[in-house]
Amino acid sequence: MQTILEARPATFQTAAAILARASADGQTVRLRGGGTKFSWGAARPDSPIELCTGRLAKVVEHNTGDLTAVLEAGVRLADAQEQFATAGQMLALDPPLADAGFSEATATIGGIVATGDSGPLRHRYGAPRDLVLGMTVALSDGAIAQSGGKVIKNVAGYDLAKLFAGSFGTLGLILSVNVRLHPLPVGTATAFGAGGDPEKLAVAARVLAAAPLELDALDIVWRAGRGGVLARCCGADPVRRAQRAAGILGEAGLEEVDVTAQDDALWQLQRSGQRSRHRALIMVSARPSALAAVLRAADQFSGTVVGRAALGVSYVEVDPAAVEQLRAALPAGARGVLRDAPAEVRCTVDAWDVREGPAVDLMRRIKARFDPAGACNPGSFVGGI
Amino acid sequence: MSASALVSRLEAACGADYVLTHPHALTTYGSDGLAQYHQLPLVVARPGSAEEVHAVVRACFEAGVPWVARGAGTGLSGGALPVADGVVIALSRLRRILSIDLDDGCIVVEPGVTNLAISRAVSPTHFFPPDPSSQIVCSIGGNVAENSGGAHCFKYGFTTNYVIGLEVVLSDGTVVDLDRDDPGYDLLGAFVGSEGTLGVATRIRLRVVPVPESVRTLVAFFEDTSVAGDAVTAIVSAGIVPGAIEMMDRLSIKAAEEATHAGYRLDAGAALIVELDGPQEECTARFDHVMAMCKEAGARDVRVAQSEAERALIWKTRRAAFAAMGRIAPAYYVQDGVIPRTRLSEVLGRIDELSAEFGLQVANVFHAGDGNLHPLVCYDSARPGEPERAEELAGLIVKACVEAGGSITGEHGVGVDKKRYMPSMFSEPDLEAFQRLRCAFDPHGLANPGKVMPTPRLCGEVPGPYREHPLERAGVAERF
Repeated sequence: MQTILEARPATFQTAAAILARASADGQTVRLRGGGTKFSWGAARPDSPIELCTGRLAKVVEHNTGDLTAVLEAGVRLADAQEQFATAGQMLALDPPLADAGFSEATATIGGIVATGDSGPLRHRYGAPRDLVLGMTVALSDGAIAQSGGKVIKNVAGYDLAKLFAGSFGTLGLILSVNVRLHPLPVGTATAFGAGGDPEKLAVAARVLAAAPLELDALDIVWRAGRGGVLARCCGADPVRRAQRAAGILGEAGLEEVDVTAQDDALWQLQRSGQRSRHRALIMVSARPSALAAVLRAADQFSGTVVGRAALGVSYVEVDPAAVEQLRAALPAGARGVLRDAPAEVRCTVDAWDVREGPAVDLMRRIKARFDPAGACNPGSFVGGI
Repeated sequence: MSASALVSRLEAACGADYVLTHPHALTTYGSDGLAQYHQLPLVVARPGSAEEVHAVVRACFEAGVPWVARGAGTGLSGGALPVADGVVIALSRLRRILSIDLDDGCIVVEPGVTNLAISRAVSPTHFFPPDPSSQIVCSIGGNVAENSGGAHCFKYGFTTNYVIGLEVVLSDGTVVDLDRDDPGYDLLGAFVGSEGTLGVATRIRLRVVPVPESVRTLVAFFEDTSVAGDAVTAIVSAGIVPGAIEMMDRLSIKAAEEATHAGYRLDAGAALIVELDGPQEECTARFDHVMAMCKEAGARDVRVAQSEAERALIWKTRRAAFAAMGRIAPAYYVQDGVIPRTRLSEVLGRIDELSAEFGLQVANVFHAGDGNLHPLVCYDSARPGEPERAEELAGLIVKACVEAGGSITGEHGVGVDKKRYMPSMFSEPDLEAFQRLRCAFDPHGLANPGKVMPTPRLCGEVPGPYREHPLERAGVAERF
């Protein structure tokens, strides 16, 4: 086992210099934020250097009148949200903030953007890619490059922030991100309906998705042969709208239909369903209309599911031994990316479920241009990148 | 490959009727919506299917000839300006709607389909939110290339938020399928808004959304743009996200009202259009609040559209603003700068100063919610030196936007017209990073060269990735 040198730079320049030095020396570097998603991706060899963003933790700007902010990568999302809330604002990103061990809420904005993680609010506000307006990154040759801007509308230059969002640190180190903020909802209410028939749940979710209710979140949950649909309303009169949503769930044949304004715990449960402590967690992407098929596939392997019903994104927790079988049982066109899993599973299963082809070739060319030395998080990404 | 051999290849790919070489025929394609730039291409190919586009791109690659993909040619940055001795790939024959699946909330189209045709195809239950003013004619392929916005993007987002799948041809002829949910780099996100420099999209899958249940529209008239700006700040600070919030200044009101006779007040210094949409109860509650805030900010007059016809009239005036400017001056130069909304009155003040200094009228029409200004610098080309001064003035406006923390372009794109401003916003390392992306997609620089980047750049060879030598691994040797 190699000795790992942990570097915790306090400035962008130092961070870039560490990367440049390591890559000039032919060494590889592991990039790390709060460490809550550190094991995700493919199993890879150890790197001699771990570069942590923990000291890059300033909220550089919070422009309340413009609903924008600039955050250094190491800012914990929980801390940033606290600050935004004092102005009645939020960053509309709500992924689980702790690791699979459900420890402290240490997830950083850099890590969340680098892994493209999100929570129930993705239904209305999109993934990190949709909320990041600009970005500053350090590349492995020591360059510090900015792209995008600080205004919500901007088409100047290539959208490198999107390329880096979800790149798992394989193109360089995210130093800071410029984000769009949204008003913090004054009130919320959630409609809920339950059932044991995946088809019925899926139809109910589909009807709700097409209804003009402007839901903030529309989730599905499935455990041990029974599930539910959750629809969250925010705004001027959330309870009345949640009642309309409940009406739709009832008409779709769901049971135990109810509305609650005390809904935080419900959604916290949805978020925690996106992590697995002892089993394996697969993030499945499928057409929204394939939702029932995903639930049935999960059910075959005693899986539990939470997910974004209208987006076709489902988080399925199964026994580690069943990962490949679950993938095989998914509907045509669906993909299952491995997230949490015991180390031994990660070594035997392809984490990414991606076939070779022109898109992966193109990704390799991008990696070669941005990180020609192959210094940043090598081996952890799609196609062995 | 000689030019005539290339033309033969293109004729074989598209059919001789769809390959244009006569100078008269080429003239149509010499400019896009920004007519001050004009360049005849060598040849125009008008493929009729995705497969024919692929064949055209392959032929260009084998001939080493650059090409420019063109949609409806309505772009305002010269992004579809042909390259001398290059090929224009005109996509106007690819206008089929390939599939509609409202259960999945999506539609698949060819790039030549117009923006408005997409909303029509999924109506009455759904619509496609990005709505550039040219939506009746502009094509979705162009919208994808430019990441088009429109009046409703403050609430709904931009084209990039709605593209969920693309079939793209790279400049070497490789066809790549990109899907938003595919694991790996967000190639789709990098492609949208890349102004035709990374390849050409031949099939486009879009997300469409339910039509809002209720729409309420008002136009409020203010003393000047600064007071109207206060109203915008009050509305947004109250946590309200209007479907659209648009402002016109005195000069643009005058021009547009004369064209449309919609009843806009000619004595007002600013008109603010606010449109709220969404669920009925939400819309009603918020709309009363917005009216109160407009009055509180000092609106002299607030008019609420009482019918769909009245709403259409309010919008007709806004949409007419660009075209109506012909009543003020024979020509105008449109800018597309963006500023943080809170700097609005400061930057508008600066534009007024510049306008006085240059002795040129500047009309302002803008997307107030997202700070996207469209200053129209009026001039008369018959007066010697005036076009140049108008251009200089427009450049200073862009500079003022960047200095206020904004951007050189919010939705029109960089193209050829704004590439000279790129260094005011991006440093050399930033531009180098852009070039890395460009080179990964198009190492030979054949796709729409001469756009976006301020100076021509070539792609060097990629150094081979670092591989640990076996002796290093064994600890026998180390690198110095």
